[in-house]
Amino acid sequence: MIHFVLLISRQGKVRLTKWYSPYSQKERSKVIRELSGTILSRGPKLCNFVEWRGLKVVYKRYASLYFCMCINQEDNELEILEIIHHYVEILDRYFGSVCELDLIFNFHKAYYILDEVLIAGELQESSKKTVARLVATQDSLVEAAKEEANSISNIIAQATK
Amino acid sequence: MNPFSSGTRLRDMIRAIRACKTAAEERAVIRKECASIRASVSDNDNEYRHRNLAKLMFIHMLGYPTHFGQMECLKLIAAPGFPEKRIGYLGLMLLLDERQEVLMLVTNSLKQDLNHANQYIVGLALCALGNICSAEMARDLAPEVERLLQFRDPNIRKKAALCSIRIVKKVPDLAENFVNPVVSLLKEKHHGVLLTGIQLCIELCNHSEEALEYFRKKCTEGLVKVLKDVVNSSYAPEYDISGIADPFLHIRLLRLLRVLGHGDADASDSMNDILAQVATKTESNKNAGNAILYECVETIMSIEDISGLRVLAINILGRFLSNRDNNIRYVALNMLMKAVSVDDQAVQRHRTTILECVKDSDASIRKRALELIYLLVNESNVKALTKELIDYLQVSDQDFKGDLTAKICSIVEKLSPDKIWYIDQMLKVLSEAGNHVKDEVWHALIVVITNASNLHGYTVRSLYKAIQKSADQETLVRVAVWCIGEYGDMLVNNIGMLNLEDPITVTENDAVDVVEIAIKRHSSDLTTRAMCLIALLKLSSRFPSCSQRIKDIVTQSKGSLLLELQQRSIEFDSIIEKHQNIRSALVERMPVLDEATFSGRKAGSILAATVSTSLNYVNGVATSAAAPLVDLLDLGADEPAAAAPTFSGGNFLQDLLDVGTSPFPSQSGTTQAQKNGTDVLLDLLSIGSPPPENSSSAPDILSLSQDNKISVSPLDSLSSATRPSVQASSTAMMDLLDGFGPSPPPTKDNGPAYPPIVAFESSSLRLMFNFSKQPGNPQVTEIEANFTNKSSDVYTNFIFQAAVPKFLQLHLEPASSNTLPGNGNESITQKLRVTNSQHGKKSMVMRIRISYKLYNKDVLEEGQISNFPRDL
Repeated sequence: MIHFVLLISRQGKVRLTKWYSPYSQKERSKVIRELSGTILSRGPKLCNFVEWRGLKVVYKRYASLYFCMCINQEDNELEILEIIHHYVEILDRYFGSVCELDLIFNFHKAYYILDEVLIAGELQESSKKTVARLVATQDSLVEAAKEEANSISNIIAQATK
Repeated sequence: MNPFSSGTRLRDMIRAIRACKTAAEERAVIRKECASIRASVSDNDNEYRHRNLAKLMFIHMLGYPTHFGQMECLKLIAAPGFPEKRIGYLGLMLLLDERQEVLMLVTNSLKQDLNHANQYIVGLALCALGNICSAEMARDLAPEVERLLQFRDPNIRKKAALCSIRIVKKVPDLAENFVNPVVSLLKEKHHGVLLTGIQLCIELCNHSEEALEYFRKKCTEGLVKVLKDVVNSSYAPEYDISGIADPFLHIRLLRLLRVLGHGDADASDSMNDILAQVATKTESNKNAGNAILYECVETIMSIEDISGLRVLAINILGRFLSNRDNNIRYVALNMLMKAVSVDDQAVQRHRTTILECVKDSDASIRKRALELIYLLVNESNVKALTKELIDYLQVSDQDFKGDLTAKICSIVEKLSPDKIWYIDQMLKVLSEAGNHVKDEVWHALIVVITNASNLHGYTVRSLYKAIQKSADQETLVRVAVWCIGEYGDMLVNNIGMLNLEDPITVTENDAVDVVEIAIKRHSSDLTTRAMCLIALLKLSSRFPSCSQRIKDIVTQSKGSLLLELQQRSIEFDSIIEKHQNIRSALVERMPVLDEATFSGRKAGSILAATVSTSLNYVNGVATSAAAPLVDLLDLGADEPAAAAPTFSGGNFLQDLLDVGTSPFPSQSGTTQAQKNGTDVLLDLLSIGSPPPENSSSAPDILSLSQDNKISVSPLDSLSSATRPSVQASSTAMMDLLDGFGPSPPPTKDNGPAYPPIVAFESSSLRLMFNFSKQPGNPQVTEIEANFTNKSSDVYTNFIFQAAVPKFLQLHLEPASSNTLPGNGNESITQKLRVTNSQHGKKSMVMRIRISYKLYNKDVLEEGQISNFPRDL
């Protein structure tokens, strides 16, 4: 099971956090501090696994961002690397060659996509296309609601003129 | 409704925050934003709630408090539209966790949304429930989720399956409700549903043995077929990852097969072929393929023995181990640890490669490799491996030294073939990484040194040489100082030379130099300095010619700001100056520390129960004997002139006896704190631990020396009046006090005594061993076995059998009875005589079997006894 997902920039700024196991606010910031310290200081050629408090953190760097997932000792680390890559590819397709700025300004989108990939710390969908389709449908639902609201407020505005 | 119509937009806020150059600026921006959000919250502003929450989430990610936004999430979730709900649920998952009370308020909304007509709203609710639900919510909403496992859209079914995992984790009782729906999920074609169904199935198997049995019967065949189909499926772009169709599904199927095959030969057999196919056919040049191979190896290792497959698996790991990719090497090491228990020989073949990994530049790999090496060490390779590890210790990273040292020490302690090797290796470790060595380890080393009487000279000389080179390793200094204090004369006179040693010339002044440097070293801590003082006191007696110099060094600590050192130096100074007559007796060599007691204590076993009589006695002394001890202290303290004559009288003898019986006379009229009195004496006997450790280590060491009750008591020879034979148990402390009495020594020597042990204990039975030895025949031990029935039922046909290794000979006498009444009322005793042909080299071990009838049913209990005192 994945206990949490972290996205940390090279400067140690947090770009996304998702907690599937209960951690209090205080613990969360401590975890982030500890892990960004160890992970950011690791050299490029080293393996992508860090043992930490009896768990394992699998991380992978994409450009300026570190994607980290914390798993149990007995879980398959290599598969987690694939899951990270899976998520990154979906982000890439969604934003069109994704960059850190996309994830900063559209952080909620990144969360929505993550929620289609993982639930309860387990993988939900292995097809990138399905995830993309589901997110797109939900986005269009939001757009439709927005337009409707706009047209209603236009009608009200015209009526009250 | 449009969230981006006025006020600061989310985008603008993020931009403003990113533009901040200092943390203070950022705080100011956030404070302003939070203030406006709070205002909007208290106005119950509907229009911007949406946007405010999005802002709050961003602020939350930066680590600022956002609790005031929690209620906003609930309001958004309760709103009718999809956009509000979407952001509301996101906020809920981000800002809250399952331990917050507020969460309970959302249960009702969740219930409604799980029944919503819009399947995307159902999906949102399932996602939120799966990520943060608490046990209460799980109980309330489980029926809804169960129903959704049969929902028409597969995307809802898969979400419901993962949600069920969380529910089962929170409330394991609910597991059985999900067993039947899972069986139909496992038959689906949709990969997402299959994937999540398998995960749910694994979770259910973890929780319920029954479910596992059920799935094993109903689904194994089907799953093997699904795996076959996936493995042999043609190219499917939707699921393809580097040429493999859906590796995620591969991995999960293998994982579930592992659970089903574990401990069941039939199930294991049915997956034999497909596992062989996966292990041989999977491409291993990409990460996805390796992930599958890795999972496959793990499955092969845990299902029932199919040796052909095991060979395949070990070969894959061997290939992994020689891979250039660090990730692959890491998982290989990880998996080899599991393989050790299955096939030790196969793993041993890769020992050299693994040893290389210990020296890798990657900390994760080093750590794994070290743990693996630790598992691989055995009697035959311990010397070579330890040498490698110690050599590496010299060049390893500072932060790895701690782990490495701990492992080396553990290996050396566990597997040392002889004492001289043990001492040699420990000295090397101490010289290289003494600062990383834990207290237990060097305490154990000292115990071993005292027990190796033929190596005392060798050890102290080696330590002397070592400390010339590595004087900055604190624990090395401690051990060296302790040994020089004890065996300083052997150092100077080259006593007990071994053939392999080169003679060295050390003068008495050189030996004192070492201690002087140590006590004056800036970085020495209180323990080290206290040990130095004790060593100096001992040396003052061993080297009379240096007495004056030592006195000067001791005097320098009189001004120490540390109370402990100050007090000690004043006392010791006074002993050196005014009590020449008792000094040599006071600082006699420490009695041999009992290894068995030490290791028993280290293992955390409570000896108080087993050696209750002797130990309680010791404890009694330690606590109640304060007053007489303070008298002794007075020697070195306030009234030395008055003290000596008073103590020579019979009055003092009375005090001495009071040590054993608890009430002590208050006439000693001392102003010293009683606690200090105890400390001094304890420290004289111990290796000089400072007061903070007194309650733990010093009395313990004291008790060590008493437990073995070896009557080579240092001071007996000095006493000159008869002593009641009660004192024959002669604890070291008594003996010390004897120095003042006019009594002659009780020349009783009935051989070493050993504390009784609880040899075997189960819920129904306890077996105690009492030991005795005939004087002059150390190889033979008489054991009196005592069986006590802890239950309330009577055991009949009671038979005790025992077996011993070849170097022991065992003779069993008939038992006193073959019926053992309940409630521990009576016990059966049986005498055993054991002859140890390797006396002094190997300690005793014994396997036992106890059979008896309980209500005419045969009961058999077996066990191994390895807690015999050493040197039996």
